[in-house]
Amino acid sequence: MDDIQIKKQPKKYDAIIVGSGAGGGMAAYVLANAGLKVCLLEAGPNYDPRENSSQLKNPWESPRRGASTKFRPFGDFDGCYWGWEIDGEPYTQKDGSNWEWWRARMVGGRTNHWGRISLRFGPNDFKRRSIDGLGDDWPIGYDDVKPYYDKIDKLIGVFGTNEGLYNDPDGIFLPPPKPRLHELFIKKAAGNINIPVIPSRLSILTKKINKDREACFYCAQCGRSCKIYGDFSSSSVLVKPAVATGNVDLVVNAMAREVLTGRDGLATGVSYVNKEDMQEYQVFGRTVILAASACESARLMLNSKSSRYPNGIGNSSGVVGKYLHDSTGADMGGIIPALFDRKRYNEDGVGGMHVYTPWWLDNKKLDFPRGYHIEYGGGFGMPLYGFNWDIQNLNGAYKIHGKQKEAGGYGASLKEDYRYFFGAHVGMAGRGEGIAREDSYCEIDPNVVDKYGIPVLRFHTKWTDYEINQAKHMKETFKEILHSMGAVVTWGGDDGPHNNWGLHNPGNIIHEAGTVRMGNDAKKSPLNKYSQSHDVKNLFCVDGGQFVSQADKNITWTILALSMRASEYIVDQMKKQNI
Amino acid sequence: MDRRDSLKALIVGGISTSVLLDACKQPAKEGAENTENKDAKGPDESDRMAEEKLVNKQLREAPKFFTANEMATITILGDIIIPKDAVSGSASDAKVPDFIEFIVKDMPEHQVPMRGGLRWLDMQCLKRYDKAFKDCNHTQQMEMVDEIAWPKKAKPEMHQGVAFFNLMRNLTATGFYTSEIGVKDVGYKGNAPNHWNGVPDDVLKQYNMAYTEKELKECISFDTKA
Repeated sequence: MDDIQIKKQPKKYDAIIVGSGAGGGMAAYVLANAGLKVCLLEAGPNYDPRENSSQLKNPWESPRRGASTKFRPFGDFDGCYWGWEIDGEPYTQKDGSNWEWWRARMVGGRTNHWGRISLRFGPNDFKRRSIDGLGDDWPIGYDDVKPYYDKIDKLIGVFGTNEGLYNDPDGIFLPPPKPRLHELFIKKAAGNINIPVIPSRLSILTKKINKDREACFYCAQCGRSCKIYGDFSSSSVLVKPAVATGNVDLVVNAMAREVLTGRDGLATGVSYVNKEDMQEYQVFGRTVILAASACESARLMLNSKSSRYPNGIGNSSGVVGKYLHDSTGADMGGIIPALFDRKRYNEDGVGGMHVYTPWWLDNKKLDFPRGYHIEYGGGFGMPLYGFNWDIQNLNGAYKIHGKQKEAGGYGASLKEDYRYFFGAHVGMAGRGEGIAREDSYCEIDPNVVDKYGIPVLRFHTKWTDYEINQAKHMKETFKEILHSMGAVVTWGGDDGPHNNWGLHNPGNIIHEAGTVRMGNDAKKSPLNKYSQSHDVKNLFCVDGGQFVSQADKNITWTILALSMRASEYIVDQMKKQNI
Repeated sequence: MDRRDSLKALIVGGISTSVLLDACKQPAKEGAENTENKDAKGPDESDRMAEEKLVNKQLREAPKFFTANEMATITILGDIIIPKDAVSGSASDAKVPDFIEFIVKDMPEHQVPMRGGLRWLDMQCLKRYDKAFKDCNHTQQMEMVDEIAWPKKAKPEMHQGVAFFNLMRNLTATGFYTSEIGVKDVGYKGNAPNHWNGVPDDVLKQYNMAYTEKELKECISFDTKA
C-alpha cells in the first residue's frame, strides 16, 4: 500500500521530547522521575551500548580494520551512527559557505561517541559582551547554573581536580587517572614555557557511583560507547533509566516533521514520519521539548509554519537559525625522538586525554577576543587502518638503532622501523570560542526537501579575523610546546594565511550552538532564561540551540545542566497549572 | 586476548558484578554458536546498523576485483615488503592479500592506482626481462623493486613506480599491523581490561620523570600487591 495516512496517537502525554541525546535524554530522565508521562521521539534506531558497542573488538574484527565509512566517519568501531552525510537527507550551502553538519541518528545521539570532556562554563563565559563588547550576555549567570552542574557531577560522574581557577570552576570530582608518559613530556615542556597543564575533566567513572554502572576498566575506547556504562552516554545513563520508570514511551525511527499548534497558539504535539512503515504519525502532549540538536531544532521550528506563525513556531523575533556557531579548531602533530624504541606496556588509560590545558592568557593583550583550551593525544594506540602510513617520510629522517637508513624500503629492516617508531607520536588540538553572529545562520532552503519531503537546511556561515587570529595563535603555541619537548612537527606545521592557519571549517568540531538562543528580550531571542519559548509558553528547546555563546569549553555539560534546569522548571510550572 | 577472555579477566580482576556477568553471557553464547555453525552465522554484527549490514553483505558477496595474475603479484610484493623474520610471519601469513582485495572494493579510490601500478610494473618487467613481474626470477624481481622502493634515490622515469610502491607499502603495512600477527609483532599491549596505575617505575626512571606529590595524592591508584 502506498496510501499515506496520518495516524493520530490517542494517548495524551505530559511532554513530547524530540531527540534523545544529552538535552533530550536529560529532559526525559527528569520528567519521568517526576512522574510525568513522556513520549521520546528519536530519528534513529534503538541503541544500547551493552548490546551494540564495538568495545574490545580487535582491529582484524573489522574487515576495513577500523577505517571510516560514510556510516562512521570516525572509524568503523566508532559508536555513532551516521555523521557528515546521511543518505536521503541533504543540506545545502549559500554564498560559498562551508558548514559541516554532523548528525547522529540513534538513541543517545552523538553522546555515544563523544570525547566525554565535561567542562563547566565559568562566570565570564555567561557575560562576554560585558567583557569585550561582542555578541551578547546570557540572561543567566554562573550562579544560576552552578547548582545544576553540581547535581550533574554527582548524578553522572566526572573526574578532575579542583584547581581554584576562576573561569574554570571547581566541581565535585572523582579522582583522575595518572598522566601517561607522553603526557608527562607535555606537562614538563609546557610548564617550561608557562603554559598550564592540569588533569582533564572527563565524565568517566574512575570509581563506581551507583549500582547500574561499573567503574572504568581503562580500554581507551569511550568513543565506541561503553558496555559497562563506565562513561556518560545519554542512551545508557539517562534514556535507559528514564524508560525503566515506566513513564516514557520511546519511539525510534521517528523523523520529526513539525510542531503542531492549536487554535490558542500553543503547541499541541509533533508530527513525524515513521521510517519503518513510511507513514505519518501525530503525537500530542501538554508540552513540546525540542532537543534534536541546535540545527535540527531550528529546522523543526522554521518548518512549523501556520497562519499564526508564518515564520515558524516561536520565531516572532526572526532569530531562529541565527547566531549559529561552532567551536574553533586547529591541530598539529609531531614525533618525540626521545620516545623511539620504547618499552612496551598497556597505556590505553581512559578514552581520551588524562591532562589538558585550560585557557590561560588575557585576551585584552591579544589580537583575538576569546580563548581556547588544548587537548592532547599520543602514545601506544591500537593499530588501525592508516597505521604508520607513509613511513618513507619518517624512516630516512632519523637514525634507527644508531644507523642512518635510506627512506622507504622493504623487508626485515622495514619491519624494524615500524617497531622503532611505535608510540612516539604526539598530537594537540586547540578548541576555542568563536563569536556568535547574526549573519552566521541556517535557514530553510526554499527549493530542496529530503526523502521524507521535509524542507532542508541551508547554511550561511563564515569565520572572521577573530577566529583566524586565534587559530594562528594556536599553531604558534603548538610549535612552541613541541619544540620545548624536543619533538619534531610531522603534520599541521605548514599552515598559514593561505588556509586560515589550518582553522577547521565551521561545524567540523561538532559543537553546534546558538540557533534558538535565550535572552530577556523577546525581540532578540526566541527563548527566555528557562529555555522556554517567549511566544509559545509550552514549547521549550533544551539542546545547544539555546546557547548565547559557546565558551572555550565543550558544551555538553552545560547542555545537561540547562536541560535539567528547564525540566525542573517545567515540572514546577505544570504543578502550578501555568502550562 | 579475545573479547570473551577480556571479560573473564575483568572478573578475575575483582570488579565483577551482575552487570558484567550479564555482559559475559552474550559473547560466551555467540562463541558457542560460532563453533557449531561458523560460516552460516557470519561475523558478529550486533554493533552494526541495518544500512551497514547491507553494505557489508554486498561487499562480502561482490565479485573479485583483482585477477589471478594481479593477486599473485600482490602476494609476492607483499611478502617482499613484510617477509617472515625472527619476530613474526609474513604479509601473506597475515592474509594481507585478502585485506587488499577487500579494501579496494571498500575504498574505490585505490582501484585505479593499484590496477594501473601493477600493469606499469608488468610492462617494465616485460621490457626488461620479457616476462611479467610474477614470472621473473627472484633476482630480477628484486632488481625491479629496488628501482621503485627508495623514493629519494629513484630515477625520475621510475617515479610512477615509486608512487605505486608507496601505496603498496602502505596497504601492506596497514593490513599486516592490524592483523593478529602484526599487532603482536609491534607490541601493542592494550585492548584488555586493566587498572591504569601510571607509567611503570622503571620507565619513569629511564626518562628521568616522576609524578608530583599532588598527582600521587589526587590521582586514582590501585594496590599492585593485591
